[in-house]
Amino acid sequence: MNLDFSDDQKSLQDEARRFLKKENSLERSRNVLDDKKAIDSELWQQIVALGWTGVRIPEKYNGLGLGHLELCVIAEELGRSLAPVPFSSSVYLFTEAIIQFASDEIKQDLLPKLVSGECVGTLAITEHLHAPSADNINLTVENDKISGLKIAVPDAGVATHALVVCKGIHGIDLRLVALNQNCKILSQETIDDSRGHFSIQFDNTVSNTIGDQGSGWNMVEHIFNQAAVLFGFEQIGGAQAALDMANSYAQQRFAFGRAIGSYQAIKHKLADMYIKLTLAKSNSFYAAWALSTESSELALAAATARVSATQAFHYCAQENIQTHGGNGYTWEYDCHLFYRRSKLLGVNIGSLARWQEKLVNVLEETTSENTSPKI
Amino acid sequence: MDFNDTPQQAKFRAKCRHWLSENAQYNASIGNDNSHKTLSTEDYVARARTWQKKKFDAGWAMLHWPECFGGMAASPIERIIWEQEESLFSVPRGVYEIGLGMAGPVMMQYASDEQKARYLPPMAAGEEIWCQLFSEPSAGSDVAGLRSKAVKDGDDWIINGQKVWTSGAHFCDYGIIVVRHDANVDKHAGMTFFFIDMKSTGIDIKPIKQITGGSSFNEVYFNDVRVPDSQRLGAVGDGWRVAITTLMNERLAVGDATGADVEEALVWAKKQDNQGQLMIKNTAVRTSIADWYCQASGLKNTKLRTMSALSKGETPGPEASITKVVSANKLQAIGNFGIDSLDMAGMLKTNDSNIHEFHDAWLGSAGLRIAGGTDEILRNIIAERVLGLPQDPRADKGVAFKDIPSGN
Repeated sequence: MNLDFSDDQKSLQDEARRFLKKENSLERSRNVLDDKKAIDSELWQQIVALGWTGVRIPEKYNGLGLGHLELCVIAEELGRSLAPVPFSSSVYLFTEAIIQFASDEIKQDLLPKLVSGECVGTLAITEHLHAPSADNINLTVENDKISGLKIAVPDAGVATHALVVCKGIHGIDLRLVALNQNCKILSQETIDDSRGHFSIQFDNTVSNTIGDQGSGWNMVEHIFNQAAVLFGFEQIGGAQAALDMANSYAQQRFAFGRAIGSYQAIKHKLADMYIKLTLAKSNSFYAAWALSTESSELALAAATARVSATQAFHYCAQENIQTHGGNGYTWEYDCHLFYRRSKLLGVNIGSLARWQEKLVNVLEETTSENTSPKI
Repeated sequence: MDFNDTPQQAKFRAKCRHWLSENAQYNASIGNDNSHKTLSTEDYVARARTWQKKKFDAGWAMLHWPECFGGMAASPIERIIWEQEESLFSVPRGVYEIGLGMAGPVMMQYASDEQKARYLPPMAAGEEIWCQLFSEPSAGSDVAGLRSKAVKDGDDWIINGQKVWTSGAHFCDYGIIVVRHDANVDKHAGMTFFFIDMKSTGIDIKPIKQITGGSSFNEVYFNDVRVPDSQRLGAVGDGWRVAITTLMNERLAVGDATGADVEEALVWAKKQDNQGQLMIKNTAVRTSIADWYCQASGLKNTKLRTMSALSKGETPGPEASITKVVSANKLQAIGNFGIDSLDMAGMLKTNDSNIHEFHDAWLGSAGLRIAGGTDEILRNIIAERVLGLPQDPRADKGVAFKDIPSGN
């Protein structure tokens, strides 16, 4: 029985935590927000230099050739420090899709460049203010050229490539586009401007098919199931940081002659943060196992981790503001940085409702009246 | 990460499974025994007694105890493996847990060598059943507020007062008890701990009728009950320290609130309709099921993390402290769901075993949110011991016990 990370993975995590702290990742996140930049390029270059963009890329493409578990511990630290870098879109979504679904030719071209930082990728899916599904993707493909509008695309302003979800002849296609031709990229204001989001207007933009035509939505679902685990780790990292912040403030702040952390109203709030975080963390550990072993339980484990991690980060971030009282509502305190990021991560690959629905769908499929889901 | 036993653990698991297969009925689908619902208390205790003796004779009863008391000096992970395996068999439960889980460790730590030799083996063998006497009418969450008095009389102590919520007192042979020997000193300094013969003159036991209609707890009255000083555990005035050891063990023993869980809710929602639509099609129901699944799975995986630490010979983190708060509240929510699913017929008691289970969950959970530490006390413990938040200012510190405000 070993539902825990290995000593090597834990030291990688410690190293990541120390690095992001030394580099003042949180302060950099605030600066990106204040200055309305897309990312912190300096921090991103250092992360590339550490090899993190190539954690999962095989050594023959210059990557580190490590597993998903290594990616999980890095994700937790990026979440804890609110790192303002395009890691989730380029690594969890784009790189994973290329590794798993692209042709050898594309892999040979892109994977070494993703390691070196020459390439940055993202995934473009949303088109309008409705939850995207296989039924409402309208971006058209004609002779391998795509046209139409994508919105809320993370990191498109700094990305060199995008995987674009399109409506093909056989159904939904996933297509690879270089973003240096026939497309117009505009920055969009979001609830968390420490992470840049963009609209992309494609106009006869040249694209390549990834995977089988018509199977785009299945690929997206698979990539999302995997990414849900990694986003989950970012979320528990952020939730832990928000809880730590609330805890430290509750011990220092005095009201009516005593530390506010000695009042049960505050204690129980913080205990509830700990409870939600612990459930999320344990579910994320299990999902990390399912991800790293390509288990058939991935869909269920990922949805479970995603739902509980989203709930934990939302709760910890919002109640961290509440614990800080009026100070928590100021721009000066960091509370709002966590509040913003918790909501951003909570919708980035689909909202709570989407993942709760996925979870129950899997449960419905796997249970009949006589067989129970495994608990 | 993996869920495999080490070769040594696998060998031990096989040994457990082998013995259990030869001595009990395998029942993986139920995993527990419902005979306590059909048998009388006497018959059920007798059944539990037989099973306990069988385990003792083979060394399994208290396998983590040293061999001289009937154990096999098993490691913490081996103990968990045994419990996992035993839970797959249809065997009686709920008679010995408190005695073995709370009285056992305290006797092991504080009794004399002669007493250990006299009492531990029959305790493990199930020949003598033990109970715990801490709570009092005016000492619930604040156990240290207890008032039962012990007065020294020669080589004996004379105990007067009342205990409450004593599980199984009516069929127990011995009990561990903490009482106040001095009300003129600080609250926590005035207590002393004993073990007592439950058949002593002056002990009167009255069952408490619970909101379920059942009676698993008792009030226990003490009228000039004599206890030899030799049955004192720990020094005079050390009662609280000794009690804390056992309360820690209770928290480990209480654990999960069992009963209708997300599986039952899901299976039910798939067949029960409400206003022309299956419950499972209802978004509110789906959201609840997703949340209960996340909680149930979160608790299961938390347990696996604790086991992983034990398996590596490490001390587990505090994560298991969330178990009862989460499971008891989930049980109550699922009970509510089941009853509400019947809409205007929801109040009816029926013979349907599913509905019965929802009723049990709804009533039972109200007690489980209190037993072994209320939701509120458990949140205080998480806040103070895990998160390191300061204690509440207290009106009972630095004051003689007799001067502490009591509201009456």
